[in-house]
Parts: sequence; structure tokens; C-alpha cells
Amino acid sequence: MKTILGRDHPLAVSGFAGPALILFGLFVLLPLLLAAAATFTNHRLVSPEPTRYVGFDNYTRLLALQVTTVAPLRDATGEVQRDDEGLRYPTWRQVRQARPELAGYRPAWQFELGERRVVLAATDPLFYRSLINTFLFALLVLPLQCGLALGLALLVNQRVAGRILFRTVYFAPVVTSMVVASIVWSFLLNTDRGLINELLRAVTGNPDAGPDWLGESSHALLAIAIMSAWQGAGFQMLVFLAGLQSISSELYEAATLMGANAWQRFIHVTLPGLRNTIVFVLVSTMLMAFGLFTQVDVMTSGGPLDSTTTVVYHAVRSGFRQQDIGYGSTITVVFFGIVLLVSLLQRVLLAKGARQ
Amino acid sequence: MTRPIRHTLLRLPMLLAMCALGVVFATPLLFMFAASFKHDDAIFANLASWTSYVPDAGWSLANYAAIFERSNLPLFLLNSTIIAALVVVGGILVNSMLAFSLSRMRWRGRGAVLAVVVAMMVIPFEVIAIPLLSLVARLPWPGVEAGMLTWRMGWFNSLHVQIIPFLANAFCVFLFYQFFRDIPPELDEAAKMDGAGPWALFFRIILPNSGPVIATAAIVLFIAAWNQYLWPIMVVQGEAARPVQPGIQQFFGRSNSWGQIMAYASVVTLPVLAVFLVFQRQFVASVAGSGIKG
Repeated sequence: MKTILGRDHPLAVSGFAGPALILFGLFVLLPLLLAAAATFTNHRLVSPEPTRYVGFDNYTRLLALQVTTVAPLRDATGEVQRDDEGLRYPTWRQVRQARPELAGYRPAWQFELGERRVVLAATDPLFYRSLINTFLFALLVLPLQCGLALGLALLVNQRVAGRILFRTVYFAPVVTSMVVASIVWSFLLNTDRGLINELLRAVTGNPDAGPDWLGESSHALLAIAIMSAWQGAGFQMLVFLAGLQSISSELYEAATLMGANAWQRFIHVTLPGLRNTIVFVLVSTMLMAFGLFTQVDVMTSGGPLDSTTTVVYHAVRSGFRQQDIGYGSTITVVFFGIVLLVSLLQRVLLAKGARQ
Repeated sequence: MTRPIRHTLLRLPMLLAMCALGVVFATPLLFMFAASFKHDDAIFANLASWTSYVPDAGWSLANYAAIFERSNLPLFLLNSTIIAALVVVGGILVNSMLAFSLSRMRWRGRGAVLAVVVAMMVIPFEVIAIPLLSLVARLPWPGVEAGMLTWRMGWFNSLHVQIIPFLANAFCVFLFYQFFRDIPPELDEAAKMDGAGPWALFFRIILPNSGPVIATAAIVLFIAAWNQYLWPIMVVQGEAARPVQPGIQQFFGRSNSWGQIMAYASVVTLPVLAVFLVFQRQFVASVAGSGIKG
């Protein structure tokens, strides 16, 4: 075979690049293509029935959403009825019977607006619930974890004795598996005997203090966010540390000469110098938050009352536990779209920073 | 006041903050290790006191003896060790070879392949998990039955289903690519003068000079492989091919002895913690490097 001048022999190139490229193609790109195709079928993992083309059925089932308002119940005189909890409304079953277009829909989210109730009804309310939970989790964990990481990096960046030891301690949770971290924290978060409530009771002096962290829908996601921040902050700390060390010390010296105090140096030298690092850390933490699965699977199984069900948890439940690959793939594809949007956001933010 | 003393005084609040955070970060793991040596009744006694973290006469290895006797932990440890070792060795080989072809060889489409590899770094495994599940259900695997080569459909309940999909790793390719790019080209020239082809160049010159990046890739691959959870719970049903993370999750669900659960957690955590402590410097460098890619 003739080799083109200036190029390496194709056999040698394919010998080096081939194995990894075949593996990438087979286990990353092909699954993505299969997922896109599976969303249009009713494919099941093990099924006696042949796979059928179903068009956009999976997408409709996943995304169908109707916003409807429900009027409160009125008594014979036309007055609205009230009980201890406020206005009384008809049950969802009654609403659905009155309006045939709502057949198959269940409420995903509801709130009260004046004297009526607004209901977001979906054919898969759990998907919207899990989408809201996933974003809520990202919103909780993002400031917690990134703020903590920046604080740790600033501390570890000081020239004090033992900083390597502290860096090691802060980073140790990162190498601990998420399963182990979740199990240990289930124990620490135990309502009656866990260390965290024990400390809360000691600090407040109230023997009844301390919520049922994983058993109340209002606290479970927060508890998981705190635990995840503890587990992951060490990673972002190291990334911030690399960013801090790349800021030239001359900038700090110049700022000091101009009379800037420590806070002013932080605002005018450190933060602008960390701009790209901050964007990277925020985006990578967000992607990690969107992938939330293990903590939920080990600590709460999606409960209580679906308050910790996430998009990935929902996808695994549909695609794996219920073996509905078509539907699970549809959730996956929608999730992938969200991930792409987030990483696109990073590109835009970074490009903006480069232009400034 | 002399300067060093003033310096120390200014640093005091900083040191206090570091210590306070150090306690917060270390407590859960210290608690895990301490509880693993205790009898269940003793675990909850004066939990908030520092004395519960100091060994006393009540500490014993009974929990460890119990979990090795009563569960299949040794088998799960062996499975995880095999999986992690093969992922590390195979992963280093295929990823560094692709990186070599991207940084040291000239061929058409090189730029496009590099761009795809960089793009793949942002795809979380969770996105691929479900479609990959349906793919491996349909892949054949060779076997020998009565002296004949046979093909078994599906990769479920095996070790290879936990190894092969994780060999190629975009982040590792990128790590190697960055490192190889910075090796001076004079090294290649000298080897080529001596008549070395690309294989000799790679295995005799480039790889032996890549110690730090090999260590980094090994750590990244090892930790990812050892801590796998989502994938094995989907593809492994029986105990024969089960690795440690689903193993401890199952033990957590079944056992009501907190001492034994913590002993199990300690055994699962120690290998990774040890690898981290030994290779700490490379580890820090690898994570710091991941920030530059943004």
C-alpha cells in the first residue's frame, strides 16, 4: 500500500486509534442512536410481543400536560364551602368525570390562586414531579457545594502548617463511594438516635428538636443535598485551588499597593481571576446534580410521597424495573436534551468571558 | 509585636475555621470506622462526645468476623478487584493508544475525532445507561460447550459486561492527549533516526516516559470502576458476578446490625482510600487538570 507523503500508514493509525474508537462507537454512540430510535417504539427488555412502531406515543405520554382550574365546592346558598384547611374542592375523580378531555390525566402540581385551584395535570405526573425535584435539588446543592468548595479552597490556599493534611481530609469523602456515603448518612440523619439530631438537641436544649430528615417530604431533598455537598465539595475545592494558584501574585501585590484590603482583593482580583473556573465548577456540579440517582435509591427510594424521585430515578424505574425500554429511553433522550442545553450554556458563558 | 507572632495571630481564625470544617468533613467517616468496631448497643451511647471515637475495651473485630462469615463479601471483593484491575489495565492501553494517534500521528479526520472525544466528556453515564442496557441484552458472547464454539445471547450476569463498556474513557483520552502533546518532538526524531516504527516509538519511548499521566488515569479509572452502582444493579441479578457496591446496598437492606453494616462499609471504602492516600499527589494533579478543560 502506498503511503501518502506526510501521513502515517493507515494500518498503523487504525491499530492505535481503532480499539478505543470501536469501543466508543459501540458503547457510547450506538446506545445514543438506539435510544433515539427506541423512543418511537414500545420495545421491552424481555417481551413475547414483537416491538412495534408507535410514533410519538412515548413523547405524548411523557410530556402531555394540561393546565386546568378547579372551582371550590359551593353549598345550596351558593356560598363556598370551607373546612379547617381552607376552601373545599371536589376530588380529582369528580373533576375528571365532569371533563372528559382530562381522561388519563392526573395532577402533577397544584396551587391556589384567589378562590380557585390551578392544577397542572399530566399523563405522567411523576415525570413532572421528578423534573421539578431534579431542578430543586440542583438549586439546593449548587450554592451549597460550590460555596463550600470555594471556601475550602481559599482556606487550603493559605500558607499555614498542615494545609496538606486538611486538603486530604476535605477530599476524603470524594473517594468514598456514593453508596457508602448514603448509608453512613442515613445513620447520621436518623430521627431519634442520629448524630445530627443529637447535636441539634444539645445546641437548642429542646429534647424534641430535630426533624425526621428522610421521612418528611419537606426535608428529604434538603438532607440529600447536604449529604451530596459533603461528598462532592472536595472535588470542586481542588479545581478552585488550581484556579487560585493560576492567578498571578503580582495582581495581589498591585492591589495591596493601591490600598485594597483583603475583602477588596477578593472581589476585584480573586473573583475575576476565577471566572472561567467558576463557570466550569457550576456547570459540572449542575450536570452531577441532574444525574442524581444513587443517594435517592439507597436513602429514600424516591419517597416520601415522591418528594425525592428524580429524572434518572424515574428513567431507571421505567426502563429497568418495569423493563419498558421505549419509555425509559424517551425519558433519557429528554434528559440528554437538558444536559446538552446546560453544556451549551457553559460554552456561551465562556465565549462571553473570552470576549471581555 | 514581632512579625511572625502577628502573622500567626492573623491566621488564627483561619486555622480555627479549617479545624472546624475538618471535624465536619472527617466525622462521618471516623464514625463509620469507630462504629464498625463496636457492639450495636454501644454505637448510640454518647454519640456526640469525642470519646466515642477513641478505642476502648469494648472494641472488637467481631463485626468484621461476622460479615466475612455470613455474607458473600469475599466473592464481591474478588469481583470488584478483577473488574477494577482489568478496567485500569485495558483502559490505560486503549485510551493512551488513541491519544497517541491523535497527538503523534498524521491522518485525515484527526481533528474531528478529537472534537468528538472532547464532546463526549460531558455526556453523563446516566444518559447512556438505559439504552446501553437494551444493547448488551442483544450482544452475543462466545462460549465453549462440549468442545464446540457456541454463542450465548446477552451479556447479563457476567464480569465482562461490567468491564468492556468502561474501557474507552473520553476523559482519560484527553488526559493522555494533553500529556503526549507536551512531550518534546526531539524524542520521536531520535527514535525514528534509529529506524523505530510507531509501535516501538509508543511502547519503548512514549509510554515509559508517561509515568505521571498513567498514574492519574489509573486512579480515575480505578475509583470509577470500584464505585460503580447504577450499572451493576441493572445488569447483574445473581451473586456470582456481583461487585461490592450493590453488595453493601443489599446488606444494608437486609441487616439490622449497624455495627456490621459499618464494618461492611469500612471494608468497601478502605481499598479506595488507600489508593488515594498513596497516589495523592497525582490525584490532586488529575482533578486540577480536569478544570482546565473547561
